[in-house]
Amino acid sequence: MSLPPMLAANPRLDRWVGFEPDGRARIAFGRMEYGQGVGTSLAQMAADELDLSMARLRIVPAATGDIPDEGLTVGSMSTEFSGPAIRAACAEVRALFTAAAARRLGCAAADLDVRDGAFLRAGQPTGLDYWSFAAEVDLARDATGEAPLKTVDQMRLIGENVPRPDLPPKVFGAAFLHDIVLPGMRHARVLRQPGPGASLKSFDEAAVRRAVPDVDILIDHAFVALICASEADAARAHAAAERAARWDHARDVAADLAEPASLKTLPHTDFAAGAPEPETSNRRRVTATYAKPYISHGSLGPSAGIARFEDGKLTLWTHNQGVYPMRALAARITGLAPADIEVIHAQGPGCYGHNGADDPPIDAALIAMRRPGSPIRVQWRREDEFGWAPVGTAMLMELSAELDASGRLVDYTAEIWNTAHTGARGTAVAESALSGYVDPGPQPMRLMPDGSRFSGGLLNVIPSYDIETTRTVEHVIFPPPVRTSSLRSLGGAPNTFAGESFIDELAEIAGQDPLAYRLAMVSEPRGRDVLQTLSKMCNWPHRGFPGSGKGLGLGYDRHRNRAGFVACAAQVEVDQDVRLIRMWCAADAGLIVNPDGAKNQIEGGMIMAASWTLKEQVKLGGAGITSTTWDDYPILRFSEVPTIEIELINTRDPRPLGIGELSQGAAMAAIANAVAHALGARIRDLPMTRDKIAAALLA
Amino acid sequence: MPKTIAFQLNGRPASVEVDATALLLDVLRGDLRLMGARFGCGAGQCGACAVLVDGASVAACATEMGNLAGKSVVTVEGLGTPDEPHPLQAAFLELQAGQCGYCLSGILIGAAALLRANPDPSRAEIAKALDWHLCRCGVHNRVMDAVALAAKRIRAGAPA
Repeated sequence: MSLPPMLAANPRLDRWVGFEPDGRARIAFGRMEYGQGVGTSLAQMAADELDLSMARLRIVPAATGDIPDEGLTVGSMSTEFSGPAIRAACAEVRALFTAAAARRLGCAAADLDVRDGAFLRAGQPTGLDYWSFAAEVDLARDATGEAPLKTVDQMRLIGENVPRPDLPPKVFGAAFLHDIVLPGMRHARVLRQPGPGASLKSFDEAAVRRAVPDVDILIDHAFVALICASEADAARAHAAAERAARWDHARDVAADLAEPASLKTLPHTDFAAGAPEPETSNRRRVTATYAKPYISHGSLGPSAGIARFEDGKLTLWTHNQGVYPMRALAARITGLAPADIEVIHAQGPGCYGHNGADDPPIDAALIAMRRPGSPIRVQWRREDEFGWAPVGTAMLMELSAELDASGRLVDYTAEIWNTAHTGARGTAVAESALSGYVDPGPQPMRLMPDGSRFSGGLLNVIPSYDIETTRTVEHVIFPPPVRTSSLRSLGGAPNTFAGESFIDELAEIAGQDPLAYRLAMVSEPRGRDVLQTLSKMCNWPHRGFPGSGKGLGLGYDRHRNRAGFVACAAQVEVDQDVRLIRMWCAADAGLIVNPDGAKNQIEGGMIMAASWTLKEQVKLGGAGITSTTWDDYPILRFSEVPTIEIELINTRDPRPLGIGELSQGAAMAAIANAVAHALGARIRDLPMTRDKIAAALLA
Repeated sequence: MPKTIAFQLNGRPASVEVDATALLLDVLRGDLRLMGARFGCGAGQCGACAVLVDGASVAACATEMGNLAGKSVVTVEGLGTPDEPHPLQAAFLELQAGQCGYCLSGILIGAAALLRANPDPSRAEIAKALDWHLCRCGVHNRVMDAVALAAKRIRAGAPA
């Protein structure tokens, strides 16, 4: 039997499970909790396989050495990929203990049952539990993957709304990395180099000392840090340092590079895949271009990190997406051996991908190594998080379709322009300020298990329908005008926004109802189910006529064209602005571990997608990003969110398919299609601001 | 020049030696080690640092200590505790109205100020009262449901 990949990579059972003297089971997994509830879901799976109650578990806090290495927590893949590993490990531990108990009791393993850790025989206590003979069962052995997992009807906790244990501290007080206070801790801020090639021409240290007399000023090449006894002093010293520094060769980014249309003007590498160019035919050919700008992760708390360097060993505290990748990054930049670096995870604000979280620990490490002894805490400012954290790339999507005589879509071409969606992974903004820095150039090509090229830009680039002939061309821009890296769904949601807008346009040309047009191209029953469920939820048959100022639209996709199925609808009213009235979502993500948590994630994804669609665009200029406050970068507010209804279907299918990114593309498309229905005119260029609405009506 | 500023903090007398221009958020988090009010923007734009000053919700990041002498300051720690949660805290947990949770302590303060002024707010009134507060995870609807639930319980006599 083959092991789940994460278990194969970390096969020792005692890396995942152990039994502690206090009557609890120690459970370790390599996924990071950042508010998405993954820690709760994985714990539910572990408890079910071990036949324990949730109260019996002690989840090991994430730190290098203490948890299995599962890389990064990304891509809606924790339940799908980490889940099978923790389940298989726990099932095998249960089987080993059951076999040992059977030997002790002189019975068959099949005669034994486990209830909250106690072994029962014919329903009666045997006096044995996991803890009573834990010393006899050696878990320092590799998993075989041979123990059977619980079947769906044997599950007790999987499928239950177990509340999240990480939530209570967050409503009562200290809860985050930001709240950690270590003895002797000092507070630092870094003066950011205005672009990777900028050099420090002069720095008036005396002026900074006039503002904060006991500031410790660290200058190494173009890396400038202000180290103080308090956060408030560090803030004052930083403000003075900004005025005290003169830079040569500061970057000057043209403001119009913020527009996706500019991507076509930048240097790029091209990758074509799929069918050859279509031969000339008399089929109807339709082309439209869609655009999505650079988008900020917009984490509510600016990132923070702590570092301590003592006796040649570096300890880092981070709220990033993985302690082992953080260690690898710190090792590369500091030159320390990974074995000399410990990384401890603590809760942070939601990241939604590669935000600024990797950076302050590196800032702090660079300072700590030059100021050994004291823990160094770096709290980024709001302006740092907006200005220096990676952003999600802009995308331009030129779509072409050929329709047969009946209007059916038979040939589809997607040509897209974007920067690499994971481009800044494994880098820190501080690096370029150090002497000897060499730009690493474009990332090496990543391959899928089947050997094909992986690109975040290609996720859902072909809509999730039965289409005879498809082809893609991706133009990957390098270097990007700003740091870009992974943002929730990568290209998936923007591609679905474009593709599903286009499908509505094709349906209109074909003279067909958008839902009927889609259903005619979906043979997969699970896809049909979500569309038909959605139709009932939003009363699609009574959709009304276009151009009334009120609109109803829908969007559909299969996540990454291989995982969960989702359909969303939006009801809007449009005059000067778009008002979201209601949204609906029908989703089949297979086995649902925690229905309430799944709905929370799906709804959050819809609201974030709505915010992207209606409001968000990073602005560029000067050294990089100029939209560095919430005034410059508005997001959806309480008075702007629609009411939302979610229906999960097929939730007891044996395989979980992932939730975190599932709803976003369909939600963006639903809003776009609802706005087009309300206006009788199409906006293809995000965000759908007042200017774009006016322009669409005048076009 | 540092001076002594005395005020009420979570119902108890407090006193700090700080410049009059020192910011309340720095004093709460730095001097007094009360971490419930969170740093979000430093410009009063996101609501993550909201605290009650004489019952009104204000941004601690934009409030100078010099204005606080003799006043009453309540942080999320002063609303309730795990053993004796405020009805708002209990309702937020009951409805799992949170994802990352970074915005929640500020929102709880904003909601507490609302319910003092308006014990029976409509959904539109809740949305309007919380409009200053940003939430990036998209938990708005659950938060509004939780505020309405807490309001109902307070009207029915739950101590707040």
